[in-house]
Amino acid sequence: MALPLKLEKTHKAPGVTLAGETLALDLSGGLWLPEHRTLVVSDLHLEKGSAFAARSGQFLPPYDTRETLACLHEAVARLDPARVVCLGDSFHDAQGPSRLDVADRALIAALQEGRDWVWISGNHDRAVQDGVGGRFADILTLGGLTLRHEPAATPEPGEVAGHFHPVGKVAMRGRAVRRRCFVLDARRLVMPAFGALTGGLNVRDRTFDALFPGGFTAHLIGDGRVFAISRTMLTRD
Amino acid sequence: MPKKRSPLPSLPDSPAPPAALPAAFADWFAARGWAPRPHQLALLAAARAGRSALLVAPTGAGKTLAGFLPTLVELAEGDGKGGLHTLYISPLKALAVDIARNLEAPVAGIGLEQRIRIETRTGDTPSHKRTRQVARPPHILLTTPEQLALLVAHREAAELFRGLKRVVLDELHALVTSKRGDLLSLGLARLHRLAPGLAMTGLSATVREPDALRRYLVPQVPEPVMADLITVAGGARADLHMLETGRTLPLAGHTAWQSMPAVYDLIRTHKLVLVFVNTRLQAEYTFQELWNLNDDGLAIALHHGSLDATQRRRVEAAMAAGVLRAVVCTATLDLGIDWGDVDLVINIGAPKGASRIMQRIGRANHRMDEPSKAYLVPANRFEMLECRAALDAVEEAAQDTPDPRIGALDVLAQHVLGMACAGPFSDDDLYDEVRAASPYADLTRDDFLLVLDYVATGGYALRAYERFAKILRGPDGLWRVRDARTAQQYRMNVGTIIESTKVKVRLARRNRTKPGAVLPAGGRVLGEIEEDFAETLTVGDTFLFAGEILRFEGLHEDEALVTRGAPGTDPAIPSYAGSKFPLSTFLAARVRALIADPFEWDRLPAQVADYLVQQRRRSVLPGPRDLLVETFPRANRHYLACFPFEGRLAHQTLGMLLTRRLERAGMRPLGFAANDYGLAIFGTRDLSERIGREPGFLGRLFAQDMLGDDLEEWLDESAMMKRTFRQCAVIAGLIERRHPGLRKTGRQVTISTDLIYDVLRKHQPSHLLLRAARQDAATGLLDVARLGMMLARIQGRIIHKALDRVSPLAVNVMLEIGRERVYGEGADEILAEAEAALLDEALA
Repeated sequence: MALPLKLEKTHKAPGVTLAGETLALDLSGGLWLPEHRTLVVSDLHLEKGSAFAARSGQFLPPYDTRETLACLHEAVARLDPARVVCLGDSFHDAQGPSRLDVADRALIAALQEGRDWVWISGNHDRAVQDGVGGRFADILTLGGLTLRHEPAATPEPGEVAGHFHPVGKVAMRGRAVRRRCFVLDARRLVMPAFGALTGGLNVRDRTFDALFPGGFTAHLIGDGRVFAISRTMLTRD
Repeated sequence: MPKKRSPLPSLPDSPAPPAALPAAFADWFAARGWAPRPHQLALLAAARAGRSALLVAPTGAGKTLAGFLPTLVELAEGDGKGGLHTLYISPLKALAVDIARNLEAPVAGIGLEQRIRIETRTGDTPSHKRTRQVARPPHILLTTPEQLALLVAHREAAELFRGLKRVVLDELHALVTSKRGDLLSLGLARLHRLAPGLAMTGLSATVREPDALRRYLVPQVPEPVMADLITVAGGARADLHMLETGRTLPLAGHTAWQSMPAVYDLIRTHKLVLVFVNTRLQAEYTFQELWNLNDDGLAIALHHGSLDATQRRRVEAAMAAGVLRAVVCTATLDLGIDWGDVDLVINIGAPKGASRIMQRIGRANHRMDEPSKAYLVPANRFEMLECRAALDAVEEAAQDTPDPRIGALDVLAQHVLGMACAGPFSDDDLYDEVRAASPYADLTRDDFLLVLDYVATGGYALRAYERFAKILRGPDGLWRVRDARTAQQYRMNVGTIIESTKVKVRLARRNRTKPGAVLPAGGRVLGEIEEDFAETLTVGDTFLFAGEILRFEGLHEDEALVTRGAPGTDPAIPSYAGSKFPLSTFLAARVRALIADPFEWDRLPAQVADYLVQQRRRSVLPGPRDLLVETFPRANRHYLACFPFEGRLAHQTLGMLLTRRLERAGMRPLGFAANDYGLAIFGTRDLSERIGREPGFLGRLFAQDMLGDDLEEWLDESAMMKRTFRQCAVIAGLIERRHPGLRKTGRQVTISTDLIYDVLRKHQPSHLLLRAARQDAATGLLDVARLGMMLARIQGRIIHKALDRVSPLAVNVMLEIGRERVYGEGADEILAEAEAALLDEALA
């Protein structure tokens, strides 16, 4: 077998534009808006592990919240955003905040320190409206961009949404690679899930055909950088 | 069941005196012209003395009747009342059903059919019958290890097993080598506790270390003891040969196409031939080749685990009915049932292990006093060496069955939850009980408590799940299961066999209105293929399956849709044709010894001897304990080839570790290839020059400390390790295979366990399940343990040869380059290639 390419890890994200705004697709899975000094992350699903334990008796590692926050901390420390927008489903369920470990709660507070922190509400965490710092909103407009959890039925230009946890899969020479990805056309962007224990929906699912009737480019998050890959190169699960 | 034969002289070394048969039994034997064999009487004597015993006998010795005889005698002498008397456990549910059928004749012949109730209990038994079996048990129950686990976890278990007298364990040698054997040992430990005075009867083929099985049968607490041993010697010597066709065999490859005409001739001149191969894909290929030669229209069938069950049943029935002339099969027919009068066994490809080959040979002529006839068919010149080594081993009746297992912690976790479902327990009692099982005899109390903690709340350092605990310790100090739902979850997820996710292969109908398109519904299901394999197919690919060339038309929901390939098409997808069993340590040592000793070479086919002579002339032949390392340039690359003979898995692990070291040493390795015999690494820097310049370089490269940090680092990101972890997570119940009211596909399980693995490794690397996965990796997919033994063996014994071109020995492994694939590694390379395609598109 051939050895993996020795690529230097690079956070120099590919720049794309949407509704006239410059967007940087960050290796962390976050979206960096340099003109607004804003970091957008979607679908953190904090306390997913404990939600499973509470609901179904499956004891997933209770470290998912810490891991997700650690990744977020890395991106925040590197980019030093003035604003952080969590694009919905930040908690796996409405009781998530009450199950937060003390240390994790402190970590969130530390991240929020000195920044505008916006929790956009999602379908999992609509009932969370206080107790975790920051402010709450359903939709946020930043310049030409509209930030919301679920993509609208009729897309408005410049929409940035999450909700679907897109992943892309490339199969070549007898090997398959399946990774989280940003999905993009000229009108809208669907963000990958940021949470440590979040699964994904293949972008070849017909859901994405409806969202991007004219086709899309998927930006897959590799180990060392983000790769832009055309729909035709992606396979179903 | 016994066929007509005279008793063989054999001396049981059991302390019990021989026992006499009751008159009704003696009459039954006499009426058939049979006499009970010494080992059958010895087992009866052991039973009368209330002792557990292991019967080791070759195929055809009448083991099964021997195992049941004491029970039949006791039941005949009893009052016909009483509950469950004997439990029979077999690795195959089909075998349990078959034995139940075979018992009918003696039971009826001795006139016991009114007195003895015999039933089977498998996954296929309807639930009303299972309920009835617990309430009103038969005298003899034939079942599987998984069903035993469910039964001992039943709330009525104490009542059900109170009067149990005997457990008969069939094919014990096959049961104990896996996690299934661990689970079974724990179930037996519970039975010993529920039914004091319970005796075990183990039935086994010949094994290297019968003492391990003897310990397995009896409680190891308060002190280690062994069951009695009854050995039936020998049986007739096998009539075994290497098939030599006179044609020159290639240096690599596994298809054995050169030998197919000779194999076909053998089929033509015998009544029923079993043609064993090592993998499903080899089975497909061999079957296809034989049909191409089949001018006589002989009835040749195919049998492997991926075929649809009804199709397999049809083949088995046809064998039993005597209408088949040959069956091409994989390990699915290794064990157990006699489907017909097989008069020849042919093993295609490398034998891989002496005991395995003896088992397979035993499938022919299932009578102990007549020789089994068999041929070994090597597919390449290295396999000729391996076949010679196997022939020698069979000649000496040398065995290479694996070492006894150390009980897996994930299996123990499953069992602990099951025991809580059965009823309240104290941790002291359960700890003592578990250590009675020989795989767990050395379990420390600390580890036991860790398992208990894992079952209760997941075993996390961050005590997050206390209030969701699955088992709870009451004020009386006893542990109890949380609720009925938890017990139901346990029952739905019992067992240790984690099947790789499969997709159905369905023949699609062509869409008449739309040429080229297919309709998803309607066609019949041909069988199943592994999802891993299906994922690599693209529409239009052709591949061999179920004896046909199929064209892949796409995945539709959970099914792979196919159409029949046009006549004359060649299968385009090169299927991996290697062996899934690694070469046994024992055979490997014999192969090394053969190579090292020129006086042995005249016993080898001339082409192999010539090949070794060439190797000695151009390079060197290593001694039996040496490691030969060759370095040479070829086509702008520099190669390092070495020949440890430790099996493909260990070599792959070694390859990953050596390339890391070479990378650090600035030697720019590009990749490697491995097979059962050796390993070749290639790169851009001159290795011969470096080794010549730096005397200690090779010694350091192969130093044992590579199993330290380098291994850890690699394991962390290894996809194989993730797969191993997934199995542990499912067995230990971290992830459920089935959840009440929910359907969860294997695909979803795969994703989440990879994520769980990453998170857990980062935040609690000492977690019980990571330990369990590491323990598995040592012997399983990565074969680290074997690699460690090899590295110890070769210290100071590395022989380096700098060559100006590839040596004869190295050709074999060089031919593997570019053929194999390793899952999951080098993801960015694939992504970069896909991205380049987008760029091309943009520039076009």
